[in-house]
Amino acid sequence: MLLFIEQCLNGLQFGLLLFLLAAGLTLVFGIMDLVNLAHGSLYMLGAYFAATFAAWTDSFVLGALLALAATLVVGMALEVVALRRLYGRDHLDHVLGTFGLILFFNELVRLVWGPAGMSLSLPMWLIPPVEILPGLFYPTYRIAIILTALLVALFLYVLVMRTRLGMLVRAGASNREMTGALGVNISLLYTLVFGLGAALAGLAGLMQAPILTVQIGMGENILILAFVVIIIGGIGSIRGAFIAAILVGLIDTIGRAFLPDLLRLVLSSRGASTVAPAMSSMMIYLLMAIVLVLRPEGLFPVSSK
Amino acid sequence: MKRISIAASAVLALAAGPAMAQGKSVKIGFVSTFSGPTAVIGNDMRNSFELALDHIGRKMGGLPVEVIYEDDQQKPEVGKQKTEKLIQSDKVDFVIGYIWSNVLLASLKPVVDSQTFLISANAGPSQIAGELCSPYFFSTSWQNDQTPQAIGEYMNQKDVKTAYLLGPNYAAGKDMLAGVASTYKGKVIGEDLTKWPDQLDFSAELSKVKAAKPDALFVFYPGAAGVQFLNQYVQAGLKGQVPLYTAFTIDSLSLPRQGEFALGIPGAQAWVNDLPNEANKKFVADFKAKHKTYPSFYGAQSYDAANFANSAVVAVNGDLSKKDAMRAEMRKANYASVRGPYKYGNNQFPIQNFYLQDVVKDAEGNFTLKTVTTIVKDSQDQFHEKCPMKW
Amino acid sequence: MTAALTPRNVVIAVLMLLLAAVPVYAAVTANTFLVTLFTRVIILGMAATSLNLILGYGGMVSFGHAVYLGIGGYAVGILAQEGASSGFVQWPVAILVSALFALLVGALSLRTRGVYFIMITLAFAQLVYYFGVGLDRYGADDGLTIGRRSQFAGLLNLSDRTQFYYLCLALLVVTIYLIARLVNSRFGMVIQGARSNDRRMRAIGFPTFRYRLTAFVIAGAICGLAGALLANHTGFISPATMHWTRSGDLIVMVVLGGMASSFGPLIGAVALLSLEEALPVLIRVSASPMFGDAAVRMAEYWQIVLGPLFLLVVLFARGGIDGLLAGVRRG
Repeated sequence: MLLFIEQCLNGLQFGLLLFLLAAGLTLVFGIMDLVNLAHGSLYMLGAYFAATFAAWTDSFVLGALLALAATLVVGMALEVVALRRLYGRDHLDHVLGTFGLILFFNELVRLVWGPAGMSLSLPMWLIPPVEILPGLFYPTYRIAIILTALLVALFLYVLVMRTRLGMLVRAGASNREMTGALGVNISLLYTLVFGLGAALAGLAGLMQAPILTVQIGMGENILILAFVVIIIGGIGSIRGAFIAAILVGLIDTIGRAFLPDLLRLVLSSRGASTVAPAMSSMMIYLLMAIVLVLRPEGLFPVSSK
Repeated sequence: MKRISIAASAVLALAAGPAMAQGKSVKIGFVSTFSGPTAVIGNDMRNSFELALDHIGRKMGGLPVEVIYEDDQQKPEVGKQKTEKLIQSDKVDFVIGYIWSNVLLASLKPVVDSQTFLISANAGPSQIAGELCSPYFFSTSWQNDQTPQAIGEYMNQKDVKTAYLLGPNYAAGKDMLAGVASTYKGKVIGEDLTKWPDQLDFSAELSKVKAAKPDALFVFYPGAAGVQFLNQYVQAGLKGQVPLYTAFTIDSLSLPRQGEFALGIPGAQAWVNDLPNEANKKFVADFKAKHKTYPSFYGAQSYDAANFANSAVVAVNGDLSKKDAMRAEMRKANYASVRGPYKYGNNQFPIQNFYLQDVVKDAEGNFTLKTVTTIVKDSQDQFHEKCPMKW
Repeated sequence: MTAALTPRNVVIAVLMLLLAAVPVYAAVTANTFLVTLFTRVIILGMAATSLNLILGYGGMVSFGHAVYLGIGGYAVGILAQEGASSGFVQWPVAILVSALFALLVGALSLRTRGVYFIMITLAFAQLVYYFGVGLDRYGADDGLTIGRRSQFAGLLNLSDRTQFYYLCLALLVVTIYLIARLVNSRFGMVIQGARSNDRRMRAIGFPTFRYRLTAFVIAGAICGLAGALLANHTGFISPATMHWTRSGDLIVMVVLGGMASSFGPLIGAVALLSLEEALPVLIRVSASPMFGDAAVRMAEYWQIVLGPLFLLVVLFARGGIDGLLAGVRRG
């Protein structure tokens, strides 16, 4: 039972990490109608910036804050220089153009930071596990990720639903010309939204850096998962992304945790260990396919346009 | 003079006309990964190979050496295509390199069919040690199973009663787990193969390990995955609770990023940077002077591959058409290997010692590897009997 | 197609002549690698041409087209492993299984639109990719070596590089011709009409779903054949052939060469694969007078040039290379 709770926490934590990445993606997608494959590159940059700044300042928290600011700036610059020219084009152009940006950023990072990757170590107070239930020790840092992501979710909800900026964003998303005619600087608004999305990607990247790695191409595999999340959730829906992310995180983790044992009941031990990881990878895509077959616009379709 | 050429374009080849006239030189094609996340391994191999060439004056048997480096991008198809280019277009005398078992398996046929010598400086899949063995294939590394077998022996020596095994779900991963299980005499109470190469998070597996409470955890996670795994192992509070035993998870490329966390974690290896022979001392010292870091085992095997090829060319005085004489010489392993002397088995894989390595800090405070003891002497892989070649 | 002497027709004619001359040139210069390289270009050109039917003409952005390369390849590999090495068995199986899979995917995904369609085709491709990773009996992640090329009972000897090359070239030409005929037929008009306005097409009485599904199946079947060719060419098949980045490569070829153009995808395949080979050399040659030996290392960063090049094509050459040649702008 304790093991089951622990595995659920693992799934929740992975799902919330996916949410951080997916939130930025779905914002940009829902509001500017831009498919940004280079979102994973911003995630990578966030991790590299954090590792660099943390080494300079000798502080994890300070490094993380600086890295957030840096990804925000890079994101806004990217929007102004290249991506704003892609608004209104078809999705295929977005895919090709931002695919090119992935290649560019990967090589740029290799040029600047070298091919070896980096590491971002945690401060001592985040390393030892804590006892959250009698007999259940859980890594402190993973709890920190869960709390941070929940705060970000709350922040986004308030920002989009309760502030003037959020109102403008929602207005701009449903009718760009009209909102512009009312005297709102849509161009600046979009740059800000893109920057926010970039910072969220950077946050996801730097949060995962101490658990996973900081290396070239780290954003590409997780990007596909983030796309799965926003598709299941319904494009543009923060709420949908939140629920879908937790769903995907739980299914992936629970699958990896318990499928091998279930399969061992019917297959040989070695066979079960080979098939289980392939099957648990398939489950996420199966989920997406089923959701789309039943609800072609995701679980929480946003009716704009 | 350094002469390095890289993939010639088809377009330029068309414009430039017939391939360069066959000058009097030894042409070597070197296939490894030079782009993407694992480029760091390819670079280390190239640096070591170049160092070996510098040490022999960039000449073999009196002939100048020309090396053509090709990037396999860690993809079997690309590796195979680059290999075919080396054979068909550049007409090289040796093909050397190969980090990945799957890339090597895909590329083997065109090389040995054209009767060109292939020297694997890392990958050692069981098929090539067994039924696919060839008179044109030599290894300066090991067969995949040998290293985990050594660590399995070591676990017996430490009287480990129960063990949990973890590794990635691809050929080498399965070979590694099977290798440990074949020599380890205790009870394997759990075993998981994880997605490769894109598994991000090992939390589910680590929770299972924690719940199973084994005496030891064995893992095989090469490259960046090793860094990732170790971070999570420590954060889950397992260090100190469940001792870790490793194969190819901690090496001098990953160590700077693993640092403190790797201290005291044992691994097995056919070569360690402090082995006390003259060839090794020169290799490690010159490598450190030039590149400011310790060489890795990938590098050591590449350094050996250069000297190994040299021994064959010297034996025939540069007459590269005498392939049988070259092979006869290579089978003697008659060169100064940085791992010390070793022999070849009938499948042309090394019969060699395996050492226990530990992580320590050197005089300047850098993390490095240290030989603790010899785990097994003259280990030979278990597949050589399946190889029909006899000599 | 009229035979007017436009720059575009000249380029296409020259390209086809060059492709036809590759084995001759290779024989003269004793550089057989050129044949190997261009066989791959032609096969991928064929796969891109099949994608163009649904993507360029039909507006269905499939982000999982490489899966048919894999299915066709595994059909050859698995049958060869099980002892059925006749091409008369292998190739029809490759085509049939691909078509059936396309039928299944198409039937389930064509209800969705836009990005949802992109992602659901990706999802199905990933399912097959992971299925391949779990195929322990056939090499799983490490792939399957195919020792013997498909046998055609004395009719053809595929182990002969030149014969195999001309077979691939012939199949490519047939594919381009068939698709050109198809899109200019009533059937093609319906798919193109459905691309611009599906609702209107349905309103005037066309069951567009069936038409689009048929196009989807034809594209899958042709790509399955290309997969069988590719497996014969490399003598090897692994799940990596079906990875989503490979589907991305096919899309890049189509868009780079020119969507909804008969020869565009082939031009795109030639351009992309030549760039991959030529860019490092170009960087090395142009940088070496200034940087000397460092130019060799610089050449490894060729993708830093390739990436922005894609962006520039998207921004300034919307019809791809073919569009530039024809001097027409899409959209």
